[in-house]
Amino acid sequence: MERVAGESGNGRGYLEERGWRSWAYTLDHKRIGVMYLYTTIVFFFIGGIFALLLRLELLSPQAKYFSDHTYNVFFTLHGAMMIFLFIIPAIPSGLGNFFIPMHIGARDVAFPRINLASYWVFAAGFLVVIASLVSPMDTGWTFYTPYSAKTGAAVATLSLGIFLIGMSSILTGLNFIVTIHKLRAPGMTWHRLPLFIWGMYATSIIQVVATPVVGVTFLLLAMERLLGVAFFDPAKGGDPVLFQHFFWFYSHPVVYVMILPAMGIISEVIPVFSRKPIFGYKAIAYSSLAIAFLGFLVWGHHMFTSGMSPLANEIFSFLTFFVAVPTAVKVFNWIATLYKGSITFESPMLYALTFIFLFAVGGLTGPFLGALATDVQLHDTYFVVAHFHYTMMGGTVMGFFAGLHYWFPKMTGKMLNERIARIAWALVFIGFNVTFFTMFITGVKGMPRRYAEYLPRFQVENVISTVGSAILAVGIAVMFWNFLQGLRKGPAAPGNPWRALSLEWQTPSPPITENFPEIPVVTDWPYAYGKPEGPAT
Amino acid sequence: MSTPPSGHTDPRIALEAAKLGLWTFLATEVLLFGALFTAYTVFRVKYPALFQSEHLKLNRSLGTLNTIVLISSSLAVALGVDAIRRGKARLLEKYYAVTVLLGAVFLCVKYIEWTEEFHHGLYPGTNIFFSLYFMMTGVHGLHVILGMGVLSYVVVLSRRGRFSGSYHTPVEIAGLYWHFVDLVWIYLLPLLYLIG
Repeated sequence: MERVAGESGNGRGYLEERGWRSWAYTLDHKRIGVMYLYTTIVFFFIGGIFALLLRLELLSPQAKYFSDHTYNVFFTLHGAMMIFLFIIPAIPSGLGNFFIPMHIGARDVAFPRINLASYWVFAAGFLVVIASLVSPMDTGWTFYTPYSAKTGAAVATLSLGIFLIGMSSILTGLNFIVTIHKLRAPGMTWHRLPLFIWGMYATSIIQVVATPVVGVTFLLLAMERLLGVAFFDPAKGGDPVLFQHFFWFYSHPVVYVMILPAMGIISEVIPVFSRKPIFGYKAIAYSSLAIAFLGFLVWGHHMFTSGMSPLANEIFSFLTFFVAVPTAVKVFNWIATLYKGSITFESPMLYALTFIFLFAVGGLTGPFLGALATDVQLHDTYFVVAHFHYTMMGGTVMGFFAGLHYWFPKMTGKMLNERIARIAWALVFIGFNVTFFTMFITGVKGMPRRYAEYLPRFQVENVISTVGSAILAVGIAVMFWNFLQGLRKGPAAPGNPWRALSLEWQTPSPPITENFPEIPVVTDWPYAYGKPEGPAT
Repeated sequence: MSTPPSGHTDPRIALEAAKLGLWTFLATEVLLFGALFTAYTVFRVKYPALFQSEHLKLNRSLGTLNTIVLISSSLAVALGVDAIRRGKARLLEKYYAVTVLLGAVFLCVKYIEWTEEFHHGLYPGTNIFFSLYFMMTGVHGLHVILGMGVLSYVVVLSRRGRFSGSYHTPVEIAGLYWHFVDLVWIYLLPLLYLIG
């Protein structure tokens, strides 16, 4: 392939057509990706508002602004919306849809109609979720039985909504697996694939294998409420712990659905802004598959205090530590890529470096919870909340922000204001750490999660966390204001503003509907930085 | 709307993609039923006596009849696929119509069975065994309905002259799906009806 810089974006490319029909009926993977991005970002904001309300309530030890029940509803909706409507679909269905075909040199995904169907199934799912708000959920996002079988909330409705969202997730994953197998451009061998594709491939496998299980689980939960089916009801011989097994058989692997695509983005951004070939390409690629595989064997570590047998606890704990190995392989390879690179600190790189830093903290606090003795102490405290948010917000969401800043010029054909982007980054970085690092301390001191009221001795930490959450919110508001300004009046983006080598940058910004004027022939891997003739792996 | 960008212009790749897509989809279906089979295993190990006594309340003759009906329907699907491979679209339509009909017979028998059970006061909430029985046969029944819809759609497409000896990917895909639905029943029959 010739490494020509893409042409400057004069036309509107794939955005040429206007009107709602051109979006609602589109089969273009780029437009479907954009629709997913807009939708998921809306839910990110709604989920974020719930989080801010929770932090507001926790300013004082006594419930002040709303009732305990309202508090339960808010943390349930915060969790359920962030997980099911934002963090699971945002990177795979949003950025993945847009960039998988472009990365592999294809004109579209393998099944464009199924792709559109997956968006509308997703839309049906979130409408049902919204409908469940007439009697909002108060169970926490984990829906544990037997409480979820008995509460007056609209559990069956919400279950149906999440079932539909799961179907959409399966369709997307299936589409990506087939696309990556069958539609690679000539010369695009497996070992020349961008690492984002490896991450997305591993993600898709998890989506396809794990999601059906949670689908059935929610179906059974709904049937328990509607027909009195006995699976999880101890009064009829059912087993509530079985629900937890089913739930975590999906919901543990799915944290890798959240993190693997973000790791893929980081693997793209780091070499571009270090001007160096990625270090340990194959190790990073195969560690994605290893994480996906190991992710299926460790679900029991969510249930150490649920009454499993001690042997099962020990096995799950033992296996959990293995996840740290491929994860550390990635982190060390990113750092090795940075070593002696010509690093520049544009906004995508700032978020990528933030990812490595925050994810290292989140990752290293994982073994505390995977080890039986400490988990019994830390289970259901704010330590878990902090660990989860360091991996998921510090990890996935920072990776998502890195991807948004990195690909904004490609998707919109406009450049962002870099100075404002960096100010937003600084606020997000400070706000995030003030909010969540404090929670590690609150948790070790013993404050349990999910309570509207707490002992006065935890107040100082809670006030700090709430102040941090306000800084974080301002940072995110500035970031998205910058996105809007960029969309409205950003200067036209050149085809390849970051001088990157992967295929999506070798076409105009925004790309044309067919992605490439001609299907490129690939002769090299996408990381041949710093040398005129990079090594062909 | 402009012409949709096609991911695959080469029909050979399109066929390969469709087959890989369907096998991946069947993998998700295996996992979906897998959860139910797991629950079955857990509870059968926990309550062997309950499963022994409760399964005798099921109607074995109707269960056997339905097995024969479904296996015959699979034969019809196989013959239909064979017909279109030899380019005989009219024959394909007949075989697939027979399959849809047999699917309807299966559902009618299932309806009679369920009615009988309700009549005897056996409901999904009666006990663990009947929870499993109604959920497993119910989810399977939904798949039969879905399969009938897919096969009917293939018949409609065939009548419009879409398929030939050289192009009949949707026929094969739909057939494969029906065989899967059949296969699930082959497991359900001994697990639910033939425990003793």
